[in-house]
Amino acid sequence: MNINDVILKTVSKAVVLIILTFGIYLFVSGHNQPGGGFIGGLVIASAFVLMFLSYDSETVSEALPIDFKKLSALGVLLAMMSGVAPMFFGGAFLSQSFGYFDLPIFGKTELATVTIFEAGIALTVIGVVVNIILSISEDE
Amino acid sequence: MHLLILAIFIPFIATALIPLIHKRIGSLHIGWLVLLVPLTLFVVFVIQIPAVANGETFIQTVDWIPSLGINFTAYLDGLSLIMALLITGMGSLVVLYSIYYLSSSDSFPHFYAYLLLFMGAMLGVVLSDNLLVLYIFWELTSISSFLLIAFWYHRKNSRYGAQKSLLITVFGGFGMLAGFLMLHSMTGTFSIRETIAVIGQYTDYALFYPAMFLVLLGAFTKSAQFPFHIWLPDAMEAPTPVSAYLHSATMVKAGLYLVARFIPIFGGTAAWFWTVTIVGLVTLFWGAFCAVRQTDLKALLAYSTISQLGLIMSLFGLGSAALHFGDGERGALYGLAIFAALFHMVNHSTFKGALFMVVGIIDHQVGTRDIRRLGGLSAFLPITFTFAVIGSFSMAGLPFLNGFLSKEMFFTATVDAVSLPAFGVSTWGLLIPVIAWIASVFTFIYSMIFVFRTFFGTPQLKKLDRKPIEPSIGMLISPAILCILIVSLFFVPNLLGDYLLKPAMSGIIPGISGAAPQISAWHGFNTELFMTLGIIVVGTFLFLTFRSWHKIYLLQPAGWNFTVLYNSFLKDLKRVANWLTTRYMTGHLPTYFAYIFVFFIVTSGGALIFTGALSIDLTADSPISFYEGMLVVVMAIAAIAILFAKSRLTAILLNGVLGFSIAIFFVLFRAPDLALTQLVIETVTTALFLLCFHFLPEWTKEDSPKWIKVRNAMIAIGAGVTVTLIGLTVNSGTLFDSISGYFENSYELTGGDNIVNAILGDFRAFDTMLESLVLFIAGLGVYTLIRLKLGKGADKDEHQ
Repeated sequence: MNINDVILKTVSKAVVLIILTFGIYLFVSGHNQPGGGFIGGLVIASAFVLMFLSYDSETVSEALPIDFKKLSALGVLLAMMSGVAPMFFGGAFLSQSFGYFDLPIFGKTELATVTIFEAGIALTVIGVVVNIILSISEDE
Repeated sequence: MHLLILAIFIPFIATALIPLIHKRIGSLHIGWLVLLVPLTLFVVFVIQIPAVANGETFIQTVDWIPSLGINFTAYLDGLSLIMALLITGMGSLVVLYSIYYLSSSDSFPHFYAYLLLFMGAMLGVVLSDNLLVLYIFWELTSISSFLLIAFWYHRKNSRYGAQKSLLITVFGGFGMLAGFLMLHSMTGTFSIRETIAVIGQYTDYALFYPAMFLVLLGAFTKSAQFPFHIWLPDAMEAPTPVSAYLHSATMVKAGLYLVARFIPIFGGTAAWFWTVTIVGLVTLFWGAFCAVRQTDLKALLAYSTISQLGLIMSLFGLGSAALHFGDGERGALYGLAIFAALFHMVNHSTFKGALFMVVGIIDHQVGTRDIRRLGGLSAFLPITFTFAVIGSFSMAGLPFLNGFLSKEMFFTATVDAVSLPAFGVSTWGLLIPVIAWIASVFTFIYSMIFVFRTFFGTPQLKKLDRKPIEPSIGMLISPAILCILIVSLFFVPNLLGDYLLKPAMSGIIPGISGAAPQISAWHGFNTELFMTLGIIVVGTFLFLTFRSWHKIYLLQPAGWNFTVLYNSFLKDLKRVANWLTTRYMTGHLPTYFAYIFVFFIVTSGGALIFTGALSIDLTADSPISFYEGMLVVVMAIAAIAILFAKSRLTAILLNGVLGFSIAIFFVLFRAPDLALTQLVIETVTTALFLLCFHFLPEWTKEDSPKWIKVRNAMIAIGAGVTVTLIGLTVNSGTLFDSISGYFENSYELTGGDNIVNAILGDFRAFDTMLESLVLFIAGLGVYTLIRLKLGKGADKDEHQ
């Protein structure tokens, strides 16, 4: 794309950060508020998509040396592992648990194993979406 | 973590580690590391022997899908233990042997990954108590066997053999699955132990016999019983260590294991007795008869394996009569057949394993397995020759080797069967020992062919690829261990009998005490001994005069065998499938949509109308607000406008209007999660569409005839109406209680306030997990379709 896209580039620099923050917020807050692994992952992926749209894919790939294929595979593995893990503690496949802990900065915080599962989903979504878009845009 | 369950999974874990380790170990042969796996497991199982011999059983359960009764239950009794020892013991020897056998051009990581996969699957089969889990592992053995047979996939025959074995064993496996489901519907449990406990009440059920035959179908296909035996000779395209392991020692024994395991469930009925016995005897005879005519050493062993599997199978059939009589003198008498079957199963693994390794050595050192090119090798390969003599004489059932003992017990069982006062044996009973004896004569002949044609006579060095010399010592270790076992089992058979065979037997026929005998090498001048003497005399005569009677094999017309039937069936299947597929696969997207929607209208709409489910009740609905009405109008306009869009961009944008409107609907209905997801998805897909534009050809609207347009419009309207009707009906239907009450306490159960996420991550996590997997596979699909253009990756070898 050789059209003059200074505005797009400038805006996206700022916007990507906002979207990423929002995506991470969505992911973390998913347990109690709207959000979760799938949406969080999608929003983060859309930030990457915006980067790929406003800059060319080589530039972004340099800045983000991530193999998105591996990322999605990692996500699927993580989700499955988090399902298998409770079987080692006598639970059923995919059973989740949660508890409340006192952490240094956050105070009393709820930690749930479902977050690991959700992280797997999020990574899968990010990996797959970005991978598809990269494949299509790099095809010559 | 439970030890037994861990034992099943260790091979799988090791499989996953192979590619990671392979790169790091440099010049060290990866086989040495792989060897640790079966060796460790073997030791683990050996440690269990004393406890199991004392009559203990171990059971360990991990919940899997408890709501459906599908749990990961590992169960170790005598029968499982003996199989597990065979799997891990033979596994160790085969891995050791393969280290020296494979050439450096083979891909070791693949080979050992498949082998370990197979080992884990086999352990899963013999150790699991749950029928469905057993089925999963059962099919996994078929798949790993497929991969191993096709290991040298550039050969056409390897691919053919692999496909054949997969098609036949998986076909039987499906039947078996149906049988398992029938059992479940009778007894309400998937557990084998519980089924055994309650099955007595169900023998009168209509499903009892269908279930029996379907389970037997699975067992017969796996154990290469007549007429499903045709896959085993073709499976010999696999590397020889694989043949030694899968096709003589373990996988084919899965069918035998299954039959043994199900004797308490189905045994004691005439149908079981006759089916298993007759199929076994026919297989025994046909395998032995065909083995004699083979000119390839490995093919000879393959047919011999078929025949020996038939022998063991018929013993399980004869032994099932014990259940008919229950605990008592007769029960004990016929229970002997089970003992003999188990004994011969172990013996067969030892001598057939050794013989396959001998063939592997000959092939490796000489370059051919063709009997017509071999001869006089005893001078060049004296150690291999010794192994061959021990192995094949044991196979022939000659004294001072373990095969003699189990063969004699086999004869005892067949002779005893003649006087069986049940199942109408009296009419045809005499045929049982007669067939057994004739088959054993052929067994003797091919055993002699194996030794004398290969190792005696004049050496034909000119016909050989290289000068025969003894292989490296490593290749000789495994067959040596097996040969030592063959000999020592003859002299101390009761060690095996007391510690392994008796517990295994009581695992099969638990109610029958006192059946397990002492094995004795000398049992007097009885019928069995004279049968053996007869075999030696007649067999030797026939072996020496082989050239004058081998023409009887030409009597079988060339086209009259099951392989021809199989091939023509496959060909016809392909032809019909091709013909049928070209009828409806037009490559035209609108046609496919028409199929889908017509199908949907007919089935769903039809069901709605003809079952009287259609009931629309609008009285309780909340009123439609102004905004909602507006949105509907906007969406309708956008949808209709798409039809008239002149450019692709317009169409995509209008499509976007639909998506965003739905998102607004979600907002109105207070579903922020869905609204968010919908918004992001809509954005991303629109971006994807725009990217794709670049690669798409010019948008040309098709100008189809009027009747097609009318037809399509009718289908479209029909689909829309159906969906609307279903939606309205569902809303007013109250067939089931609402499940929303279950989710009300999501906070207590999951600690999360967000009920949508509680459902996705906690209550229905299985769906979510598989969905992510689907997404991943779809992503890979897109990637490969775009990156790997057709033709670039195709291997030249493929077309050989």
